[in-house]
Amino acid sequence: MELDQDQLRERTRPGRPPAERTIVAEDASGIVDISELSGRELGSTMTLSMGPQHPSTHGVLRLELELDGEVVLSTKPDIGYLHTGMEKLMESKKYLSNICITDRMDYLNPMGNNLGYVLAVEKLLQLEIPPRAQCIRVLMCELQRIASHLVWIGTHALDVGAMSVFFYAFDEREKILNMFEDVCGGRMTPSYFRVGGMFQDLPAGFDAKVRRFLSEFPAALDAFDTLLTGNRIFRNRLQGVGVISAEDAISWGITGPSLRGSGVAHDLRRAEPYCGYELYDFDIPTFPEGDVWARYQVRRQEFRESLKIVLQCVDKMPSGPIKADNDKVVLPDRDDMKTHMDALIHHFLIAADGFKVPEGEVYLAIEGSKGELGYYIVSDGSERPFRCHVRGPSFVNLSAMPDMVKGSLIADVVAVIGSIDIVLGEIDR
Amino acid sequence: MTLEMFLITAVKIGLVLFIILTAVAYCTYMERRVLAFIQVRLGPNRVGPFGLLQPLADGIKFIFKEDVIPTDVTRFIYILAPITALVPALMTFAVIPFGDRLEIFGKDISLYITGFNVSLLFVFAMTSLGVYGIVLAGWSSNSKYSLFGGLRSSAQMISYELALSLSIIGVLIQVGSLDLVKIVEAQSGWHGFQWNVIAFQPIGFLIFFIAVLAETNRVPFDLPEAETELVGGFHTEYSSMKFAMFFMAEYSAMITASCMATVLFFGGWNGPGTQLETIGPFIGLAWFTLKVFLFLFTYIWIRGTLPRFRYDQLMDFGWKLLLPLAIFNIVFTATWKFLFHYYDLAPSLPAWMQGK
Repeated sequence: MELDQDQLRERTRPGRPPAERTIVAEDASGIVDISELSGRELGSTMTLSMGPQHPSTHGVLRLELELDGEVVLSTKPDIGYLHTGMEKLMESKKYLSNICITDRMDYLNPMGNNLGYVLAVEKLLQLEIPPRAQCIRVLMCELQRIASHLVWIGTHALDVGAMSVFFYAFDEREKILNMFEDVCGGRMTPSYFRVGGMFQDLPAGFDAKVRRFLSEFPAALDAFDTLLTGNRIFRNRLQGVGVISAEDAISWGITGPSLRGSGVAHDLRRAEPYCGYELYDFDIPTFPEGDVWARYQVRRQEFRESLKIVLQCVDKMPSGPIKADNDKVVLPDRDDMKTHMDALIHHFLIAADGFKVPEGEVYLAIEGSKGELGYYIVSDGSERPFRCHVRGPSFVNLSAMPDMVKGSLIADVVAVIGSIDIVLGEIDR
Repeated sequence: MTLEMFLITAVKIGLVLFIILTAVAYCTYMERRVLAFIQVRLGPNRVGPFGLLQPLADGIKFIFKEDVIPTDVTRFIYILAPITALVPALMTFAVIPFGDRLEIFGKDISLYITGFNVSLLFVFAMTSLGVYGIVLAGWSSNSKYSLFGGLRSSAQMISYELALSLSIIGVLIQVGSLDLVKIVEAQSGWHGFQWNVIAFQPIGFLIFFIAVLAETNRVPFDLPEAETELVGGFHTEYSSMKFAMFFMAEYSAMITASCMATVLFFGGWNGPGTQLETIGPFIGLAWFTLKVFLFLFTYIWIRGTLPRFRYDQLMDFGWKLLLPLAIFNIVFTATWKFLFHYYDLAPSLPAWMQGK
């Protein structure tokens, strides 16, 4: 009896080599040349659980790595540690209240999330959005794209070991968040967009602030280039790592900068323009290599393209209303409510009961900072969505990660995670 | 050995230990402040004026933290490892010449604990022993991250040790001695043109400096504890004073490396003013401290600037670039030295090069 106990302890002790080994390479004399056996055949592979608490899994991602020494044989991403049931929650909230839920999905790109949602609802409602609101939306989304890419470049560099860039990037991001705060009071979760327009107009002096940012920011980009792009160590860490071909990228459904890093010039701002993106002049940077370095280059250049769009926005910002002319859906101005009886009544009705959306279903995708951000909304004619599904780019891009890291080293896994720029809030929803 | 000599040495050992351990503590302070300065932050500035008491607070915290020993560690080795890391790191300071001889109360006292004819070898022997602490820690912790840290560090340190040892052979050829004091004396002269880094080991210094970064696990060679890959590397499972001992070992290794760079390539205590009567040795000590400080600053500066190498690239860099370069340097120095003596070129050199 005691012996069994001992055996049991011996078996359950961690770090014990696997008992069963399948030997495949055996010559006529029955002698096995160990050097010809792979780690799997020798049974000497190691399973490493990376995360959910790990410095470079960008949140609470867990990776199950099968390792042969430092070489990654297979990867299994394990998600769900941040699941909050947002899609389900949206079914029980009114269309207007749902905007603030979208903020919290991809918390690095809240303006983009707002936009995708309100555009989808507006399509169901067939609302006409005034040009000034359209222009503010583009302005906000492009500033948000810069802010999101700043977090990406900071964390990506931090993962690869360059610490300081992280702080410089967050310093610049702070300027953008300050602008958001000026506009709507929120920084991380602005909820600035409304169905039918914007929450409020741009504050006085906003134009000057954006212009100052536009004039200062290129210097920061040059600093990043000096610290990272021109650095041999950084380049060697990125080049030829995590390669994915254009065909594979398309069949995995990768979108956004990660797709353009494989040489596919697909950008929803150009392919299916929304919010009047067809009016702006900008390039779509693509790099054909498909490795981490190409994805880095794409995002690096998107900074400058976004700056171009922002400049065009402030240059030709149209005047006029910022809300659609539909008092059944759009909340009236505060000033009107104090002087007009009907405005007060409409405000009460929209705030208390919500607005009804015609029956139907819609899928609308925008180019978020990480890729195609799609909203699929089914309406049953009530004031709450019957079903709301989000096609998050992080989720789809992450699913291709095991393919990218197969056969590379542990250090490459970290670099690849950084290069696909995931946000766990959006993956788990 | 007379009682007097014994007492003097004992006092010197105590003093050096005290100064080095304080320096280690303030190294962490300096690292945090300088990094913060580089990264547009403030760094520790709450405890005491300018946060100067922060190392003290950290020390107290380390002592009072719970000392967690995970189950399933190999207990004896797990406890032995931090000691193995720290003791050799501190022992190197026994032979490092901080300054010249000094006359106090009519006694001739050297500003180093001891000097013997192979003190350079002693330093390298001790720094090489330091790797055992890391390897044993990685192995005994029974954690996969620690194991990877230990594996990486053993491979890295052994690879770079080669380049490191070969890089100083140029100096040895020029000086002709393994005694650190003699090496410093060979570089004497207030002007600095006699320093080995200028005459004529710039390549040797470059290799030495890079290899030393790898030996001390500093960025860009901090793979054994790459926190974005291996969480904490070899010290993932250590806590309390055991963790602090690794920390101290790392920083004293940094100081040793800076001292060695100063001694071998930057003229040790030599500098303007060291020839003066009475205060000369003190000025020499100040020069030595300043040079070491500059090297420490450079370490931190590099940490704030460079990304990390990948494992295979690190090996490539060590074996395929540094090692051949070091061998080339040896051949070059030996050839030059031979020609110099064979054709007796010394008198044709300008006066400052002859050390006059």
